[in-house]
Amino acid sequence: MIKVEGLTKKYAGITAVKDLNFTVEKGEIVGFLGPNGAGKSTTMRILSCYLSATSGTASVAGFDVASQSREVRSRVGYMPENVALYPEMRVQEYLEYRAALKGVRGRRNRQRVNAVKELCNLRDVDQKLIGALSKGYRQRVGLADALLHDPDLLILDEPTIGLDPNQIRQVRQLIKDLGKRHTILLSTHILSEVEMTCSRVLIIDRGRIAASDTPEALAGRVRTAGGIRAEIRAGAGDLEKALAALPGVRKAEVEEMPDGWQGCVLRTDAEHDPREAVARLAADRGWALRELGREQVNLERVFAEITQSEELR
Amino acid sequence: MNFFTLLNREIRAYFLSPVAWVVMFFFLLLTGFNFYAGVAALNRGPSEVTVVEAFFNTVFFWFGFVLIFPLITMRLFSEEYKMGTIEPLMTAPVRDSQVVLAKYGGALFFYIVLWLPSLLYFAVFTRVTSLEAAGAAGPFLGAYVMLLLIGMFYLAVGCLASALTRNQIVAAIMSFTVITLFFFTGLLNFFLLNVTPALRELTAYFSALEHMSEASRGFFDSRPVVFYLSLTIFVLFLTFHVFQSRRWRN
Repeated sequence: MIKVEGLTKKYAGITAVKDLNFTVEKGEIVGFLGPNGAGKSTTMRILSCYLSATSGTASVAGFDVASQSREVRSRVGYMPENVALYPEMRVQEYLEYRAALKGVRGRRNRQRVNAVKELCNLRDVDQKLIGALSKGYRQRVGLADALLHDPDLLILDEPTIGLDPNQIRQVRQLIKDLGKRHTILLSTHILSEVEMTCSRVLIIDRGRIAASDTPEALAGRVRTAGGIRAEIRAGAGDLEKALAALPGVRKAEVEEMPDGWQGCVLRTDAEHDPREAVARLAADRGWALRELGREQVNLERVFAEITQSEELR
Repeated sequence: MNFFTLLNREIRAYFLSPVAWVVMFFFLLLTGFNFYAGVAALNRGPSEVTVVEAFFNTVFFWFGFVLIFPLITMRLFSEEYKMGTIEPLMTAPVRDSQVVLAKYGGALFFYIVLWLPSLLYFAVFTRVTSLEAAGAAGPFLGAYVMLLLIGMFYLAVGCLASALTRNQIVAAIMSFTVITLFFFTGLLNFFLLNVTPALRELTAYFSALEHMSEASRGFFDSRPVVFYLSLTIFVLFLTFHVFQSRRWRN
């Protein structure tokens, strides 16, 4: 659905995107992840034909974004990061206008406008002036706009930014549902969002792809070098040394807790799980043990690890 | 089809904004006063000019005239750049040329609407005084055709200025300067010391004051027609290219 080859974009001396390569297959929900200024928005703006690339090519559904821009635009539903709307128009009026611009006319115009209002919960506000809407509703109008022409590909730039937790949940559910019928490329820096909605993650850092995999595989990548957390009450002294001596433990960190217990974090090799050994150790020595488990691994860690190791290079 | 969708939205945008109504109100006030001044001048005694000629050749008309174009056009592109609505607009499958022409068309429509009430002045004049406002159809038609021609060019200049910047004030200042220079070229003769006949003739070619004065006396000259139409097309062409350049500029 999307094919990007050697894409580079420079703004007045600054390289926002550098020799970017990736593909997105039909039916995928791809999360575009990266720190601020990594080039996510720039890439999405090029794919939606708002900007042109400095060099390299990109195509959507087989059409080139530079030379066949109108074909691309009629197949892409794009929701920009800052949803900008005409404040003097009513929601209904705006959606009808946008649908007509995208070539949805006549009876189908009415049908599609009704359908997207239903999908995005805009029924109650369709006669309101856009200028009087709250941020959450505006985001939804932006999303509704992107869906009007039933596009093959949805490009959503931070679709849940500025929403309250309830709305975020609704929008995520909506994206999941939409993913059954559309290919979706969405950007975010909320990692849990990607874990919940996406079938694949592209991590972009300083204009280049730093990783591309399923959310699970990326999390697994860190889990293989993951950690064990334990809370133990031992006497003084040899806890750290004893833990470090267990097989498979590369490093043990012990920290005094305010209530007299000791919090331990063990870094392990991929093939060892020393939890059983820790329990036995505590039993043998007569130490009290109140917590023992794997460290929660989420994309947050993956992200930090990948983008920070990049920094060191 | 897209063109008409865009044009419709542009025209509605004018009449949904308070600025348009404020501009119309004050423009009517000014032209009304100008009309009154013309009639009052005729009342003082026998005169060689008709009321139509008087109306379109006074200082009141000139000032109101050069001021309205920046006011009408400054928001066209600048507002969309500033609000960011240009992004959804240009990611819809529309052509750049359609957008430029729709914006220009919307401004032209508003300009024409702005002048419609003035027809009423002359209708009232004829009814009250039982005199022909212009003496004949020629001057009347001539004055309004010239109004349209000059307007088309100045609106195009305003379009270009607005396409160049996201700041409406900057757009207004740019178009006001260019329009004023074009409009008052004819006055240059008064300020230069040694005006040769050749220079006088040259400035007359460019002088909107001259064009208006001729047309409102019923003279038809094809040169201003070609002048304004070709300049309009040229400036719209520039606007189109400036507008297109945004894809690689930012």
